[in-house]
Amino acid sequence: MVETTTQTALFEYVLQLGDDALVHGHRLSEWCGHGPYLEEDIALANIALDHIGQANALLHLAGELEQAGRTENDLAYLRDATAFRNALLLEMPRGDFGYTITRQWLFASYAFLLYEGLRHSANKTLAGIAAKAYKEIRYHLRHSSEWMVRLGDGTAESHRRAQEALDALWMYTGELFEPPESELVADGIAPDLGALRPRWDEMVAHVAQRATLLLPPADSFMATGGRNGRHSEHLGHMLAEMQILPRSFPGATW
Amino acid sequence: MTGTEDQIMKLLRNVKDPEIPVLDVVEMGIVRHVHFEPDGAVRVDITPTYSGCPAMHVIREDIVRALHDGGFEDIEVHTVFDEAWSTEWMTEEARTKLSAYGIAPPGRLDENDGLLPLLREESALACPFCGSNHTRLTSAFGATACKSLHFCEDCRQPFEHFKCI
Repeated sequence: MVETTTQTALFEYVLQLGDDALVHGHRLSEWCGHGPYLEEDIALANIALDHIGQANALLHLAGELEQAGRTENDLAYLRDATAFRNALLLEMPRGDFGYTITRQWLFASYAFLLYEGLRHSANKTLAGIAAKAYKEIRYHLRHSSEWMVRLGDGTAESHRRAQEALDALWMYTGELFEPPESELVADGIAPDLGALRPRWDEMVAHVAQRATLLLPPADSFMATGGRNGRHSEHLGHMLAEMQILPRSFPGATW
Repeated sequence: MTGTEDQIMKLLRNVKDPEIPVLDVVEMGIVRHVHFEPDGAVRVDITPTYSGCPAMHVIREDIVRALHDGGFEDIEVHTVFDEAWSTEWMTEEARTKLSAYGIAPPGRLDENDGLLPLLREESALACPFCGSNHTRLTSAFGATACKSLHFCEDCRQPFEHFKCI
């Protein structure tokens, strides 16, 4: 097979994967010490840690692909918001517990399918990282799916909050399926998101039904821009908190 | 393996998991390869148990220290992802040690276990303290990335379980 993927396209793609993991991991970590009860506080922190570890591996690979001498730490802590390539869904603030869980469920359903495919990537390092991440994401998916059912099919208040969260977050789900560069798919590096979409729809519909929640219409307005560095007002504030320490002490090491 | 690579593996058997000090990094399957580089440096390839496992930093330092104390000057530790770490790699001996330490060992991994919420039939784990199967899950995520939390209704003690992955 003739490889047409440019080094730049590959770097941008891995950066996107790393940024999704980093931004979602950070948002989940904001629950540390603020969870509704101890076991769930620990659960969210654990899931955040899995994501940060995945981001570490992915951004390390991105740095190597870029060949500009940037390490995973440079990429995580020294880029401004316009240079980030995460999906908008993940930079939304943590909201209430129902909002966090709904976002986690929508993303984990997507990540589960994406990483299932990435395990077979033609880029061997990416495939290895993905094989590891996939196993962790299964636990995230189980956790968030079960919570959706508890919340949706729970009390009147938990149902209301879960439905409101789903209604608010739905407009950010379309961006998850914006296709990567066609060469990445043709060269077997990235899975075809179009093929994953029906499976995501089915998984999400199934859990929503069990949770007695209504999915917004399929043709709803969908936000876009994150994959091109056009982010919401929320990302800048998040990065300010996330990056303040290394930016205050440039070059410092543990 | 050459004679000296055997020596390295022997030294590495003294490097314990910082969170579960009854297990060493070799029997856990964390050490993947050991060989000598052309310049004489020892290269040890390790793989993370979980992507974000913070113990990996300590393990890396402990490996360097153990080999340095064993007389090797030039040591390189690399993190590799060729094969995703699995609890399937844990030896029977390692599982027995875990149980004796008070952590329920991982069962056999079923790749196709249903992810459908609340439909899973989890067979109750045996309590590592009293052996009872009258136990329940209190949290799928525990004190470390690799463990879940459980409670034994008979001896009334909480215990951890090393999750299958």
